[in-house]
Amino acid sequence: MSGVRHLYVHLPFCAHRCGYCDFVTVVGRRGEHETYVDALLRELELEAGLLDAELETIFLGGGTPTFTENGALERLLAALPAAREVTVEANPETITPELAAFLSRNRVNRVSVGVQSFNTALLDVLERRASGVDVTRAVDVLRNAGIDNINLDLIYGIPGQGIADLEGDLAEALTLEPEHLSCYELEAKPGTRFTHAHGAELERQAEAMEDYFERVVEQLTAAGYRWYETANFCRGPDEADDRDLRAHHNLAYWAGRDYLGVGIGAVSTVAGRRWRNTPRLPAYVAALGGGVAPAREFETIDEHTRVREQVMLGLRLDEPLPLAGVEDALDGAALRRLAGLGLVRHDERTIALTRRGRFLGGGVTADLLA
Amino acid sequence: MDQSRIRNFSIIAHIDHGKSTLADRILELTDAVSKRDMREQVLDSMDLERERGITIKAQAVRVTWKGHELNLIDTPGHVDFTYEVSRSLQACEGAVLVVDAAQGTEAQTLANAYLAIENNLEIVPVVNKIDLPQADPEGAAREVAELIGDTPERVLRISAKTGEGVPELLDAIVERIPPPAGEPDAPARALIFDSSYDQYRGVVAFVRVIDGVFRPRERLRAMALGTRFEAQEIGFMSPAMGPVDALIAGEVGYVITGLKDVSELRVGDTLTTETGGAAEPLPGYKDVKPMVFAGLFPTDSDQYPELRDALERLKLNDAALFYEPETSQALGFGFRSGFLGLLHMEIVRERLEREFDLDLLVTAPNVAYRVLERIGEWREVHSPADMPDEFDEVEEPYVKASIIVPKEYVGQVMELNNDRRGKFDHMEYLSPERVHLTYELPLGEIVLDYYDQLKSRTRGYASFDYDYIGFRPGTLVRVDVLVAGEPVDALSLIIHREFAYDRGRALVERLKKEIPRQMFDVAIQAAIGARVISRETVKARRKDVLAKCYGGDITRKRKLLENQKKGKKRMKQVGAVEVPQEAFLAVLNIGDGKK
Repeated sequence: MSGVRHLYVHLPFCAHRCGYCDFVTVVGRRGEHETYVDALLRELELEAGLLDAELETIFLGGGTPTFTENGALERLLAALPAAREVTVEANPETITPELAAFLSRNRVNRVSVGVQSFNTALLDVLERRASGVDVTRAVDVLRNAGIDNINLDLIYGIPGQGIADLEGDLAEALTLEPEHLSCYELEAKPGTRFTHAHGAELERQAEAMEDYFERVVEQLTAAGYRWYETANFCRGPDEADDRDLRAHHNLAYWAGRDYLGVGIGAVSTVAGRRWRNTPRLPAYVAALGGGVAPAREFETIDEHTRVREQVMLGLRLDEPLPLAGVEDALDGAALRRLAGLGLVRHDERTIALTRRGRFLGGGVTADLLA
Repeated sequence: MDQSRIRNFSIIAHIDHGKSTLADRILELTDAVSKRDMREQVLDSMDLERERGITIKAQAVRVTWKGHELNLIDTPGHVDFTYEVSRSLQACEGAVLVVDAAQGTEAQTLANAYLAIENNLEIVPVVNKIDLPQADPEGAAREVAELIGDTPERVLRISAKTGEGVPELLDAIVERIPPPAGEPDAPARALIFDSSYDQYRGVVAFVRVIDGVFRPRERLRAMALGTRFEAQEIGFMSPAMGPVDALIAGEVGYVITGLKDVSELRVGDTLTTETGGAAEPLPGYKDVKPMVFAGLFPTDSDQYPELRDALERLKLNDAALFYEPETSQALGFGFRSGFLGLLHMEIVRERLEREFDLDLLVTAPNVAYRVLERIGEWREVHSPADMPDEFDEVEEPYVKASIIVPKEYVGQVMELNNDRRGKFDHMEYLSPERVHLTYELPLGEIVLDYYDQLKSRTRGYASFDYDYIGFRPGTLVRVDVLVAGEPVDALSLIIHREFAYDRGRALVERLKKEIPRQMFDVAIQAAIGARVISRETVKARRKDVLAKCYGGDITRKRKLLENQKKGKKRMKQVGAVEVPQEAFLAVLNIGDGKK
């Protein structure tokens, strides 16, 4: 059996915790970056046996990975195995010519920029520190350093965001000609400071999100982008660029491949077992300092569950899902009904959602699963 | 005991006027129950009755007072059980009519008083709750005296709660109520006024011996149904069951029959001995028929066998409960059940949910209809879905409704009754403040939400009672509801042609609110035959996605999806449309749709 070919590394540090964020993040703690990287490398060493000799993708997510002290970050990057796609998440204000050169030098070939919006007022609502101008400059800086695969993250449904604001954000993003775009509806998680402050406004605009999502897809596909996953778009292969610009690390998740995640709160799925590391920094560092794996929550992904996940994730993609192996997880009557409604199309070997079906992917998938 | 020392009586009252409290106080005063053992309201054995303040099953308790044997026969307190009440009253020579000193006479006071008068009972009028600060004993006494044609001076004043006046009431019972006048030497005859089922001893009949003598181990016969059995034990309750060697003419007691099915022994039937028995049964036996019907469906279709078993068990103690299997395209397998009235339905539903732990969907109730089919035969229809598309005539049950209300609400009550096809019958002032109205109303108009409307339009001051007066022809049509083009049988209703348009529209509008947006446009239509009378559309959802999904949140997203799936399962699938259970009760709330 071949080993795991996809590696996720979590770098939780941020300058500031944004109100809407529900990721595992740690604010400041400059002094702890080095010891955290030590622990990361130790965990990687402990799990090295799981990894294949040749990795396909590595993804450094956060937090704000580029907020990590350069010395610590460089030590980490240098120690990581080689991979065809190495992505780092970055906030625009952290991207300096020095950082860009440093990333490029350390084999990073893809940068995912947390833009969210170009509109200063809306960025304030999100408590983001960058401005639209920072984004344009950051993209230039990255290009100049030779990073030729850039993703921009955008958020729609920000309290106070009108449909014209959204169109403006999309247009601005398109002028930067990114290879990839991720567009998410703002998720206000219960209990966050953000939901507390903006819950009423979010509820008021909930129905309008149908229009927003449609607009995102229309505008980006009209500009020639491929809507290859529910929330992800990439430039299609063309005369100028024949690369497959989809996010290959994320594609591994959506294809149900095994992956190893290291760092606090990181999740791994390997050979039918899924585990999540403790989200607590001190406990994580202490355990690995003692040479043992951190506290973990385990979950068994049996065949039944694996197949259901495969359907759930696979139907997010534009490429048809092969029916072989997943037929038993599907409700035949629902499949016929949804096909009749023009939401699903299938032939003897594959199944996929139609364009309208993809807008309703959650409900369609819930129906389809037996 | 010598017949001249026996007194058989019931206590009759409007709900909450203190019947059960008075019964408790009588048991306590006559030492039938020691104070220490006094469980409040001894006669109400079921929790449910206790909570609702009503009594479903009559029982009889024997007590002694100053050398007399008093048999207190408890009566059910609601119109749904009028027939049972009348049989209980037939077992008595007198009735204590209790009126709340603060409330005065109410609708059920009248209904019960009229029943007692019809049965030639001596009425002992009582004003209760004289200890309450807001009591008006004189006003209440005048009202009740007028009602029964007596003088206010003869009306006793008591407080069942404190016991004040209760010994005097017991004296009055002995003095005013005549002793029984049966023939001790004639062939034995006993009136069955109630029965119940005991899981060890079978059916227990509560009887009033009219003539002759009954003894244990005798072969007996129920004259109307022809059921034969051996009396395994006879006795009386005081209030515990105690066997005796004989029950003689004039006495009240029980007979343990060993029968396994309450339907073999009907209230109102006459018991006699198999050898040397009576030739003629006692008068007044009726086969009671359910008038109100509703579909009972398990929310979880796996519970169907449990529901069937539960109905079987309830039926053991409730001969009036009717049920037959029903299959609904929308709701699956269930039972069409018949009830004496709305309260009976509510009691059955609560018992099923509470005692049998069932999760039920009860469809909006409808009445029984009589339909003259094209082939020239009358048929009784218990569900709108069974109404034939074509027929020559249709009849619906009517009631005489009796409403007592403060005079300032008379206008509202009249308006409500006119909206509900009521025919004005009579109005009189019971006092300068309170008015008694009677109307003839189709029962079908009452089963929707009449009572709720009456309460809300009179701020809860109206009291209401009704009595069946028979079937009458109606101009009725069946309104069908189509969801996404498919008729939904459980939503059909039978309605007066004149109301069809308004209520059809109200129903469709209501359903539009109840049915969530789906993945496609859903048309909701009301139609009479092929003619659509109203239409609304639930617009399709255009977006239903989990925003993002990466390695860290696959488990959570999968659980969200499974929850979404479970939510869908709780809905009823009508064709391709998911309809929440609440939608099936939408019919209930359209009665005021005219406004």
